[in-house]
Amino acid sequence: MTPELNLSRDPAHLRHGSNIGQPLSRVDGLAKVTGTARYAADNNPPGLLYAVTAVSSIARGRVVALDVDAAKAHPGVVEVMTPANRPALAGDPDGKPNPFAFRFEALQNDRVRYANQPIALVIAESLEAATEGAALLAPRYEAEPARIGLDAGDAYVPPVVGMGFPAESHHGDVEAALAGSDRQITATYETPAHYHNAMEPHAIVAEWQGDKLVIDTPTQGLVMMRGRLAELFGIAPESILIRSPYLGGGFGGKGFIAGPQILGILAAKLVGRPVKLVVRREQLYGPFGHRSPTRQTLRLGADGAGRLSGIHHHARIATSSFEDFYEAAAHVTHTLYAAEAIATTYDAVRMDTGTPLFVRAPGIAPGSIALESAVDEMAEACGLDPLAFRVKNYAEVEPSTGKPFSSKALRECYTQGAERFGWWERPLKARTMRDKDGFLVGWGMGTATFHALMFAGQARAVIRRDGSGVVESGAHDMGQGAWTAFAQIAADSLALELDQVTFKAGTSDLPDAGIAGGSAHTATVGTAIHNAGAAVIAKLAELATSDQRSPLFGAGNAGVIARNGRLLRRDDEGRGESYADILARAGLDQIEGSGSGVPDPAANEQYAMHSHGAVFAEVKVDPDLGQVRVTRMVGAFAAGRIINPKLVNSQLIGGMIWGISLALHEEAVTDRRTGRIMNANLGEYHVPVNADVPAIEAFTVAEHDPFVNPLGIKGVGEIGITGSAGAVANAVAHATGIRVRRFPVRISDLVRSGH
Amino acid sequence: MNRFDYVKPATVAEAIAAAGAPGAAYLASGTNLLDLMKGNVVRPERLVDITHIKELTRIETSGNGDVRIGALVRNADLAYDASFAKDFPAVAEALLSGASAQLRNAATVGGNLLQRTRCAYFYDTASACNKRAPGSGCDARDGENSQHAVLGWSEACIATNPSDFCVPLAAFDAVVEVEGASGRREVALEALHLLTGTTPDRESVLAPGELIVAIRLPAAARAFAKHARYLKVRERNSYAFAVVSAAAGLVLENGSIQQARLALGGVAAKPWRAHEAEALLAGQPAEHGSFERAAEAALREATPSGDNAYKIPLARQLIVRALQAAMQGTPSRMPALPASPFSAVPGALHDA
Amino acid sequence: MNWTVRLAVNGEPRTLALDDPRVTLLDLLRERLHLTGTKKGCDRGQCGACTVLVDGRRINSCLTLAVSLDGAAITTIEGLAQGDRLHPVQEAFIAHDALQCGFCTPGQIMSAVGLINEGQAGDDPERVREGMSGNLCRCSAYVGIVEAVRDAQATLTDKERAA
Ligand SMILES: Cc1cc2nc3c(=O)[nH]c(=O)nc-3n(C[C@H](O)[C@H](O)[C@H](O)COP(=O)(O)OP(=O)(O)OC[C@H]3O[C@@H](n4cnc5c(N)ncnc54)[C@H](O)[C@@H]3O)c2cc1C
Ligand code: SF4
Ligand code: FES
Ligand code: FES
Repeated sequence: MTPELNLSRDPAHLRHGSNIGQPLSRVDGLAKVTGTARYAADNNPPGLLYAVTAVSSIARGRVVALDVDAAKAHPGVVEVMTPANRPALAGDPDGKPNPFAFRFEALQNDRVRYANQPIALVIAESLEAATEGAALLAPRYEAEPARIGLDAGDAYVPPVVGMGFPAESHHGDVEAALAGSDRQITATYETPAHYHNAMEPHAIVAEWQGDKLVIDTPTQGLVMMRGRLAELFGIAPESILIRSPYLGGGFGGKGFIAGPQILGILAAKLVGRPVKLVVRREQLYGPFGHRSPTRQTLRLGADGAGRLSGIHHHARIATSSFEDFYEAAAHVTHTLYAAEAIATTYDAVRMDTGTPLFVRAPGIAPGSIALESAVDEMAEACGLDPLAFRVKNYAEVEPSTGKPFSSKALRECYTQGAERFGWWERPLKARTMRDKDGFLVGWGMGTATFHALMFAGQARAVIRRDGSGVVESGAHDMGQGAWTAFAQIAADSLALELDQVTFKAGTSDLPDAGIAGGSAHTATVGTAIHNAGAAVIAKLAELATSDQRSPLFGAGNAGVIARNGRLLRRDDEGRGESYADILARAGLDQIEGSGSGVPDPAANEQYAMHSHGAVFAEVKVDPDLGQVRVTRMVGAFAAGRIINPKLVNSQLIGGMIWGISLALHEEAVTDRRTGRIMNANLGEYHVPVNADVPAIEAFTVAEHDPFVNPLGIKGVGEIGITGSAGAVANAVAHATGIRVRRFPVRISDLVRSGH
Repeated sequence: MNRFDYVKPATVAEAIAAAGAPGAAYLASGTNLLDLMKGNVVRPERLVDITHIKELTRIETSGNGDVRIGALVRNADLAYDASFAKDFPAVAEALLSGASAQLRNAATVGGNLLQRTRCAYFYDTASACNKRAPGSGCDARDGENSQHAVLGWSEACIATNPSDFCVPLAAFDAVVEVEGASGRREVALEALHLLTGTTPDRESVLAPGELIVAIRLPAAARAFAKHARYLKVRERNSYAFAVVSAAAGLVLENGSIQQARLALGGVAAKPWRAHEAEALLAGQPAEHGSFERAAEAALREATPSGDNAYKIPLARQLIVRALQAAMQGTPSRMPALPASPFSAVPGALHDA
Repeated sequence: MNWTVRLAVNGEPRTLALDDPRVTLLDLLRERLHLTGTKKGCDRGQCGACTVLVDGRRINSCLTLAVSLDGAAITTIEGLAQGDRLHPVQEAFIAHDALQCGFCTPGQIMSAVGLINEGQAGDDPERVREGMSGNLCRCSAYVGIVEAVRDAQATLTDKERAA
């Protein structure tokens, strides 16, 4: 823990509620509704050329021929980049300099390891010419059989899963607990591969200015990306500028640099001109990660009163042939329901796909839909209401570690959510509710949970001579509202109004904000900003209290509070002076401080830190035709301090709609023979449209967490999905009496088969 | 997309002349053609842009009461034409259930008739597809085929026709006016599309270069206006192609069916008119049992072509529902979710 | 060969000499006229991010050839506000937080303007949902979008009444 963190654990100057906690509209809203917000692909530097990649149509083998001449002969084509002529890289795309460097393809050889892998790149004067040039390459391959599906090869136990969890972990003796239980169920659930499908495709505009590299590309990790690029191109990090002021959605897909972006930079090098490469939608299904398909088997045991005695959650997952990433799908079971014995185990197969990576609520999203379904099945087996069953099995401490929770207002979520939804009217028996038109109606619920994480981030704060502030951190706005929430924290940290503070983010030359992921960005960067502000105020107080001419002289650092651009004596708020006066007298143009946001190891050792929530869903199902419509959804969440309730609501509702999507819509369909994804487009890879989404209500319950970080922030980016997918699936089961265990639920699962 | 020669005729005659060149294709609004060109599924050498031919943009009623819709009338304009929608409500409902508002604003009725299948293997140029590359095989046959045909399919091709619009057109005896180098002719909509047989690359009876100039709905089809519905089952509640769809129209008198019209979408390479079912309905009481018998008859020949057996009971149940909805009467206003089963009228559900 | 295309883009008449008939309206706007507010999410008519108004009607600019539009009036997101005064739909989007990442937003807003012009949805949330279903939003701001459209539609009618 850094010293300034201690200093500010209860900072007297902080005016919670003056900016923090206010439902402000997005500060970047104006730019976004007028089309002036500049996303990576919106940059058109002079002399720009267009690059388009050709991608492989086989999933495994070698490229043996490319018709480079045909592509070059197409009017407008300037150059074709293949393994034969691509500029050298200093770093190895297949190297592993750190665990977060994932292997990628940048034309290092002729090998194909998955469908949609880039195999060449065409550079042209126009986008039209580059696109056609890529088509004219007409690759020929030496194909090897594709290994696709969760039974594609010999399963093995992965070394670790997720971010370093053990692949096998036991708390108590689960076999004994199951054997001794009054009631047991075993059920297997399957979830398909999911692709991020942010509306903004990955894109890069790359320009070499001598040895300096300037790129526009969306990233959730500016400084990390800069480090990786420095290593790959053998240049100093300071020679690289990455601009990423707005991401058109990230969802985990823009956390790490991928092959196509490297190819864009290489192309710019090859032709000595700026190059724009916008990845075509269908080409996004490959090099940028996806959520592994899962097959999860849950074994649950309960006693006669409906108390869980044991849970065994086993997950079969997949990774690529050349990289290790293992979706921690069973992990959620460790933290959610009290059971004497809990075991999670994994095995994995290698498939000829791109490497699966982080997708919104990694591990927890697919794990939660399986766990929440299984818990519902057990509640039904026990003859108990699903909510009553969950309350009965409420975990007062984290089940697998016995640690107390840093805070856990889940009970309030259950109560208030159920109340708002009208849950207690629910008949226990499935297929008993109808609406006036005869449609089947079902109510389902799920518990939401996500870990409250922090990574490491830095911020710098400055108070200028005129009393205004500047706060900087290379943070990322992918829609979660970073521009607004951080400006709010920044203003409070400097005790200024929002319009007196300039907040800068989104470029790699700013202080390292870590990675925007794991729902940890607000907690991490928020803490850093808060600490940076506190550091400046402390310096300012130091100046004033040690200056005899100041009305604050002798008050001591702790005897001063900051408010409205002034420092005041704590014991006599009538005495004080403005920041501007203090700086003017000291003859300073500005005063600067920095802060970092890092997790507190001691608190993490002592407490389990998670956000929670309860989601309730109503669906209608056509009894004959099997079409489903979600008609109502209520989510109650406990996620620590809420910086901006307006934006948090949007995040939570957005997450809940992802839950609908997991339960009812999205699925990448792969042809097992070829390894090609047959619905690699937004027409056939369904995500919900407006007509699939009812009037959803989300709200937060008060939760004060003194342990997670000084501001008590837990993060809301991912939790909305968890619980929601299960709630919808359980509602479908309640409506129809049909328990579908392979997601998404489709018409073919629910259509009445006879007549 | 390949480079092409672009021509923009101002008259039908000029268009037909321009389309005489080999490798030429008519470009209407391009929502299907450009999509296919971007995917390199088709690579025409010449595009004959017909969108500037004024004479093809009118909706007219002729002396005998037939309604004649110029080939360039936009899908949305036809659906929102108040008198058309009143007379042919199931056609309007089908139009409004297709694609999205943006696409319907652009798409022409002629283009809608000739849109190609959405079979993923047809779109994927690395796959074998007899329709795209005759003789190459059909990768859908043993592939991902849960959306494919259950009626009228052949070993060579199991694709379906994706159009919503065509389904009520087939049901209500629409006629297509066609003009080519050898003059004008008329084709019944029902006869426009071909089943796949051994030549799935031949999708319609049109000769190369023939232009659709108009679609005609016969005056007699107005008889169904009070009892006509289109229903479409889909995996997403909007902006999705039909899994199965049905158009149904009834003429009722004292609770008995004088005439019935029935066609299915999403089940075959053409809009599937169910003549036998219609004949069974005529003279029967308008009640559940009659509808079930009709549904049974309509699907009697159906067989799965792959992982799509579920479509057969689905189509049957949808027919019953569509007939029931038609019997209840055409809603006075277009439902908020056109063609959605959730917009069917109260009491229509089978096992309710 | 060059094709001459006359367009009114956000009210400004333009005569363009197009060297390639393959250029879509979307790519013309973004890559040649540098009006980058209109977004490309799929390039295949499947997402709505590229929605603009052509002669007042919303369409997908990715599936429209620029050459074919000779004589048309195009309105893009850049042409909606009157100077500093936002269009009511833009205002309502901010007020209802009908956006997150903002990438689908120009398309959503143009689609909403088109929807209101079409006059088919009124204040009925179901009709608004259906009418806005041609615009995907992966951030899933749908709830706010429906509220914003209804709100803006009310504001617009008030204005018309006043006028
Ligand atoms: C994302 C998406 C979703 C869709 N969803 C649906 C849906 O749910 N239901 C549905 O029914 N449709 C759907 N469609 C298809 C849409 O309806 C068609 O693309 C549209 O109707 C085609 O009309 P067009 O004018 O754009 O035709 P074009 O694309 O211009 O032409 C289509 C074909 O017809 C030929 N052609 C066009 N006009 C004539 C003519 N007058 N004479 C001879 N030949 C001609 C062209 O050469 C071409 O081969 C969808 C399309 C997209 C992109
Ligand atoms: S079903 Fe028809 S369209 Fe599809 S791959 Fe087979 S031949 Fe081609
Ligand atoms: S970019 Fe045009 S619809 Fe997606
Ligand atoms: S706001 Fe991000 S996709 Fe809609």
